[in-house]
Amino acid sequence: MSTNSFHIIEVIGLTKRYRKASINAVDNVSFYVEEGSFFSLLGPNGAGKTTTISILTTILSKTFGSVTLAGYDIDHQAAQVRKNIGVIFQNPSLDRNLTAEENIRFHANLYGLYPYRPTFSTMPSPYQKRVTQLAQVLGLHHDIHKSVKTLSGGMKRKLEIIRSLMHHPKILFLDEPTTGLDPISRANLWQYLQQVKQKEKITIFLTTHYLEEAENSDYICIINQGKLAHKGTPQEIKDALLGRYIELNSSHRLKLQQELQSLNFKFTGSGPFRLYLYHHNPQKIIHQITTPLNHLKIIDPTLEQAYVKIINQDTAHNSHPTT
Amino acid sequence: MITELNAILTIAFRDLTKLLRDRARIAANFIFPTIFIGILGTSLQSNLSNQLPYNFLTFVFTGVVGQTLFQSTASGIISLVEDRQTDFAQELFISPISRYSIVIGKILGETLVSFVQVFGVILFALVFRVPLDLMALLRLFPFFVAISFFGGAFGLMVMANLSEQRSANQIFPFLLFPQYFLAGVFNPIQNLPLPLTIASRLAPMTYAIDLVRSVYYANSPQKPYTTLFPPFLNLAVVTVFFVIFISIGTYLFVRNEKNR
Repeated sequence: MSTNSFHIIEVIGLTKRYRKASINAVDNVSFYVEEGSFFSLLGPNGAGKTTTISILTTILSKTFGSVTLAGYDIDHQAAQVRKNIGVIFQNPSLDRNLTAEENIRFHANLYGLYPYRPTFSTMPSPYQKRVTQLAQVLGLHHDIHKSVKTLSGGMKRKLEIIRSLMHHPKILFLDEPTTGLDPISRANLWQYLQQVKQKEKITIFLTTHYLEEAENSDYICIINQGKLAHKGTPQEIKDALLGRYIELNSSHRLKLQQELQSLNFKFTGSGPFRLYLYHHNPQKIIHQITTPLNHLKIIDPTLEQAYVKIINQDTAHNSHPTT
Repeated sequence: MITELNAILTIAFRDLTKLLRDRARIAANFIFPTIFIGILGTSLQSNLSNQLPYNFLTFVFTGVVGQTLFQSTASGIISLVEDRQTDFAQELFISPISRYSIVIGKILGETLVSFVQVFGVILFALVFRVPLDLMALLRLFPFFVAISFFGGAFGLMVMANLSEQRSANQIFPFLLFPQYFLAGVFNPIQNLPLPLTIASRLAPMTYAIDLVRSVYYANSPQKPYTTLFPPFLNLAVVTVFFVIFISIGTYLFVRNEKNR
């Protein structure tokens, strides 16, 4: 068991090279995830996100490195790892020949939660209650006994969430869970996941290329071309790369410029002027300025802007590495 | 252990459920008996019966029973390739049960499917009044499981190295079709040229078919003309090769699943 019980996932030097490949799909990636947190692995298509999550969920072998989940090593204690994780794959993994409830029952039987029974009505009542309750929360109670073929993409995703939570896992892995869903389905899905995280006290590990999904996470790792490009909280990433700034202007532009220079503020532009805050209080800065302003804005850069900057910088560095 | 047994039953009954809901597949199961017994067997019986010391239609029936059990389970295991492509296999492979349980559950499921199909063959034979010894038929039932499991293990060995359903669909007929003749599904193989004798003894299906016939004709004067080996020898070969195929097949399948 890991000596650090707060790190529910620990990844050290993870490397994966596929057979007959000339480059590593994942290259010496290290990170940890704190228990109960919402962790996002962000990156463009082909960055190595699905490879990473496949290794963590034990369905793909690694080339080098060490990975422990919930204190269990994925190589030597794979069965214990699997008992503690739930996974929602990028491609739906439901059996289209079965009904929604039969897919859940299959999972419950496979995980040894309940003994095998041929029908829903013959299953133990705790199972029936849990399925009915989860189906009502997700709005699937009218469709739970229908064939999976008749369900929409959003409903299938909800069904997968119900299924993956049946065995009360400690970590829920979601590999680009909203791919292919319309905006309303995506919003509904995220609303439910937030409820699940709070209610089940579960750690969520998300891979996505949608910035707005990662915006609400507690910690982000950005992966690009198999390597870790950046990591931190969403605010740390934004501050480190772009930072908050004040944008201001005046009809007395020259007077404003001279005042900013006399106050030793570092700024860019020639009107509007841009002052990076660097953890300074914007109110204190504005109070010192006496020149009347006709334009004042406090700009909080988006994660998308930071992400684009990271990926572009990283790609340029990998194309022309300096020694 | 109970969890593993529970999982095996769950996986097995999934396959049976899929079959029972697929009416087209159930109907298609009657095609082979119709062709082999109804057309081929009847034609050969009509033209060769004077030269043979046994009823040829019954001979073909026993061959088709063995072939159905062996092939149905073998080709059913190939559906694991389809599961892998449709990503349902991921649900199986992230579960905490052993990989052997997954494979055995799958083989058991396809065995149940093959029983449904053999029931169709027997029903067909009864409807078309194929001469049958019902007591001999009842003696066969315990051996159905062994033959099906053997076919499943063979299918696993073949499937373990395939990554696409399309490859499986292309390769499998080439592996099975020659065995119909080498194993004597509907042709006697007591006397063959040496090369064909060797090929016949190397074909796994030979022992499945001969096990059916050696049990069915055990107390019959037609035994010397219709069987190759005693039942216990056929059963021993089937058992040994089942253990070998399932051990190697599971290892290869799991390794290829993970080590991409």
